[in-house]
This record gives sequence, C-alpha cells and structure tokens, in this order.
Amino acid sequence: MPTVIPEDSVGIVQPQKIDFHDPLQLSCGRVLERYHLMVETYGELNADCSNAILICHALSGNHHVAGYHSLEDKKPGWWDSAIGPGKAIDTNKFFVIGLNNLGGCHGSSGPNQPNPETGQPYGPDFPIITVDDWVESQARLADHFGIEQFAAVIGGSLGGMQALQWSINYPERLRHCMVIAAAPKLSAQNIAFNEVARQAISKDPQFHDGHYYAQNEVPKVGLMLARMLGHITYLSDDGMRSKFGRELRSGQISYDFTPQFEVESYLRYQGERFSTEFDANTYLLMTKALDYFDPTATEGKPLSEVLAKAKAKFMVISFTTDWRFSPERSREIVDALVDADKQVSYAEIEAAQGHDAFLIPIPRYLDVFNAYMQRVEADTNSLSSKEPS
Amino acid sequence: MRADLDLIKDWVEPGKRVLDLCCGDGELLHYLHSEKQASGYGLEIGPENITECIGKGVNVIEKDIEEGLASIKDNTFDTVIMTQAIQIMMRPDEIIDEMLRIGKECIVTFPNFGHWRARGYLAFRGKMPVSKFLPYTWYNTPNTHFCTFKDFERLCVERNIYIMERTVVDNEHQHRWWIHLWPNMLGEIAIYRITK
Repeated sequence: MPTVIPEDSVGIVQPQKIDFHDPLQLSCGRVLERYHLMVETYGELNADCSNAILICHALSGNHHVAGYHSLEDKKPGWWDSAIGPGKAIDTNKFFVIGLNNLGGCHGSSGPNQPNPETGQPYGPDFPIITVDDWVESQARLADHFGIEQFAAVIGGSLGGMQALQWSINYPERLRHCMVIAAAPKLSAQNIAFNEVARQAISKDPQFHDGHYYAQNEVPKVGLMLARMLGHITYLSDDGMRSKFGRELRSGQISYDFTPQFEVESYLRYQGERFSTEFDANTYLLMTKALDYFDPTATEGKPLSEVLAKAKAKFMVISFTTDWRFSPERSREIVDALVDADKQVSYAEIEAAQGHDAFLIPIPRYLDVFNAYMQRVEADTNSLSSKEPS
Repeated sequence: MRADLDLIKDWVEPGKRVLDLCCGDGELLHYLHSEKQASGYGLEIGPENITECIGKGVNVIEKDIEEGLASIKDNTFDTVIMTQAIQIMMRPDEIIDEMLRIGKECIVTFPNFGHWRARGYLAFRGKMPVSKFLPYTWYNTPNTHFCTFKDFERLCVERNIYIMERTVVDNEHQHRWWIHLWPNMLGEIAIYRITK
C-alpha cells in the first residue's frame, strides 16, 4: 500500500466500461454481436487527437496499466514503471489508453462475463479470439475516442505482436510502433509450452469442460500448474540462479516431497496467487491467440512483403537472456523491416531477468525508451504545428 | 562535423539508401538524412551511441558486424560506409566483400600505417608506434589489422575491386598539396570510394 502516491504516478485511476453494438466479425468465422471493453486512460487527449498512445497487454495483463485503484492497492498497474508524469511514456504529454482485450477476464467481454443472449457466463462458448480480432476491436476503441491516428502503439510480448499487427492492418492509423520482447510468430517450442499449460487446465477435474462457473468451482490446480510452467519460461537460468540458487527454506534437506528449495515455494506461491486472480478459460484463449499469431499466414507471403504496406516507424527491443522470445526472434522482425525498407531501430538490452525484463525498469532499457519517446513526441508536435489553427 | 565525415558527404548523392557500419552517434547519417534526404540505417554496438542515434531520429540497429551481414540481401543499399573501423575487424577482407555485396558502392576510411611517423617510430625506436592519433599500445589496441594505402590498394587489385575515388588527408582531415607527392608516406587518413 502506498502511504503517499508517488509524484511520478498517474495517481488514483478509475476503469471505464465501453459498450460496442456494431457486430464484430472474428477470424474464427463467428460474430460477436455486442461486446464491451474495460479501459483505463491516463493524461489528456489533445484537441487534434494526435497524442494518443495505445498500450497492448501480454498474456495475463489487463487495462490496469498504471496508477492505483485505491490507496489500499498493494501494487500499481502492471507497467507503472514506464507510464506516468515525467516517465518514458509521459502522461503530461500523451493520452495513454490501456484496455483488457476481448476474451480477457478483467471485465471485458470474455468467458467469465455473461453472454447477452443467455445471461449465463460464456464459459468455453466464448469464441476463439486472434490478434487480428484484438486489433480490430482496438481500432473501434480508437474510433470511440475520436482518434484517427495513434502517436504510437506499444506492447511487450503478446502485446508487441498486437503492435506489429496494427502496423500491417491499419498502416495509416499509427505513426510509431514499438515491439518489445516479441516474435514474428511462435516456434514449435513456444507452442509446446502452451499446450502443456492448456492440458494442465483442461485435465483438472474441476475444469468441467470449461463450465466450472455453474459448479461454483475453479480448476485451481490446473491454472496453478500452467502459471508455474509459464513462469519458468519468463525467467532466465541465470536469473533463477542468482535469485534462488539452491537455497533451502529451512536450511536443511528433509527427505520428503514438501517444498524445500526456495524456487519451489516461489513457483507455488506465484501459481497459487495467479489461480485466484485469473480465469482458466481466458488462459486457454490467450495461449491460442499466441499460437495462431502469424502475420504472414493469410497472404502466404514472407514477413518483409507483408510489412511492405506498413507506414509506421518501428522501435524493436529485445533482452539478452530472454529465451521465450529471444533476441534472434526480434532480429527476424528487424531483418524483415530492413528488407521492406521501413524505418526501424533495434536495441538488444543486456538483462539477466529473461522475458520478464520487459516489465522491469532496467537503466539502459529506460534510456532507449526515453530517447525513442522523444522522437514520438517530436513527430506529434510537428504534426500539431502543421494543423491549421 | 567530424572532418572525415565532412569529406564523405560529398560522395553520397541525394535520396540514396545508405548503411553506415559502426555509425557511432549517428552524426553522418543525421546529416545525410536532413541535408541529402538519404534513408537507411546505422549499425552500432555501443549502448550510449545507440541511445544518441535514437534521440537524433537516426535509425540505428544494434548489431555486431563481426557476426556477419548475411541477413542483408545483395544490393540492398546504394552506399555502404565504414569510417575508421576496418582496422579493428577480425577479417577486413571479408567485411569489404560483404559491404560490396550488400551495397552498390562503398566508402571506407582508415588510418595509414605507412605514414612517415609510424615508419620512423618503428625504425628508430624499435617499438610499435604510439601517438596522439594512435594512442594504444600493442597489447591493448583494438586496431588488429593495420594496413598502408599500398596494402589496401593491393587488396583491391586482387579482389577486382574498382577504386572510384581516393582522397588522402592529414590527421586534421585537411588536403595538403604535398601529400600527393608521396601519399603512402605523407598521408595519414585515406578515404576510398570503391565498387565491384
């Protein structure tokens, strides 16, 4: 709990629910007739609506990107380190939008929300959502705010994939695209990890084929295992070694199966906490969206040709010990952008924290982030000065 | 602007696509972009330099050239530039080949180890030359592949590289009439414009 809200925090924020009544055609063939999105915004939208930044969240993220919901909150939003007055994404200059993606479990239309047709939670009947569908729903969210073109669309991990897809689907609607700790598509190894996570959830006896809400049960063990597995892939070998090593909780081995190593109890704690906060059906959906992400799939052309239509300037960032989406995967994106003659900068940040590094305020990462945001700001200002007064 | 960059800029025509290997803080690219509407990228590995490039609006890609340029397709760039870095490469000849593969023409600058001061240092003191211009000692120098103008031009002949232009200057990057009397003895820095 913050006793005082820090000066560089956006402070106490309130989410808003925005309803959409235009049917949304989804990649899977189904249509969402009506849906709603949970959204938070920080900063002020300027008169010509040119200073908006969209933050796309990763697998377990949501609309609560920065600030606090109340003084009782233990932690601020998930990317508070990057967003606030005077921070890299400066809310004195930019209007920042965070949302909970469709299929999420933090208030946007998703498996744990009532299906308007039945009044019952969608559960497993909520359609499979893809990154394309998210981009479409986010574009409608931009329309809602009267934003024709984002100053930047920014995301890490699965969020970075959305940013990349934005540059392809709506080339005119973003000036800058920041793709952090992402990949142009998942590898077989990435998909394999996701499948183990899904199996852990769906084989949990309390999953009830996704209809656990009616049973008043939660597939807690499955969700916990999925998160524990995921968490291992977010950390690096080095990071785990320095954080836990082979430290024992009680100082000695007890020759039984209780958690004795620090790393065991850490993973159990993370898994358990997650299983009370996150929805199992949403976890399945999010991992599927990851697996299906491939901007080249529809057109069957190489990434560089698909990116030919992009007009944004790109900043791509990776982290040295990230093995979930390694620097090599980011370089694939950069190579495709160079091949397509696009404006791109790329930084590979030395970091021990693995994939998680994208959420950590590492000094060099912040330097690069700040420097790039100055460019975003300069472009926004030059646009505003060109507008007739 | 750094004097050698000032000389190079005249060899890049407006609107061209440029790749600057070891681009430093992006000064040359920034100039070429704003004054000559050139597009392209700098490759760099120094964190501070990379941040400076980004701040200037120069497209910079963190990449160690020693790991190769294989990901870049043939003839992607109009001009590939490498200033004062060829002598620190593990295999200068391979880098030059790669530069000529991905670029239609290349601009290379390097210090001349055949300059009279270097020759004199070794001849009379019997030690590897150390000067204001070459401040390293033999065991910690990054300059592992020094060459003279003659050496470089010999490599060009062997590899069928055509020298389009050459400028030889002193260490203040000034043209002096007397340098041209005996460039390999009197010139300190050479700027070559080459193509295949």
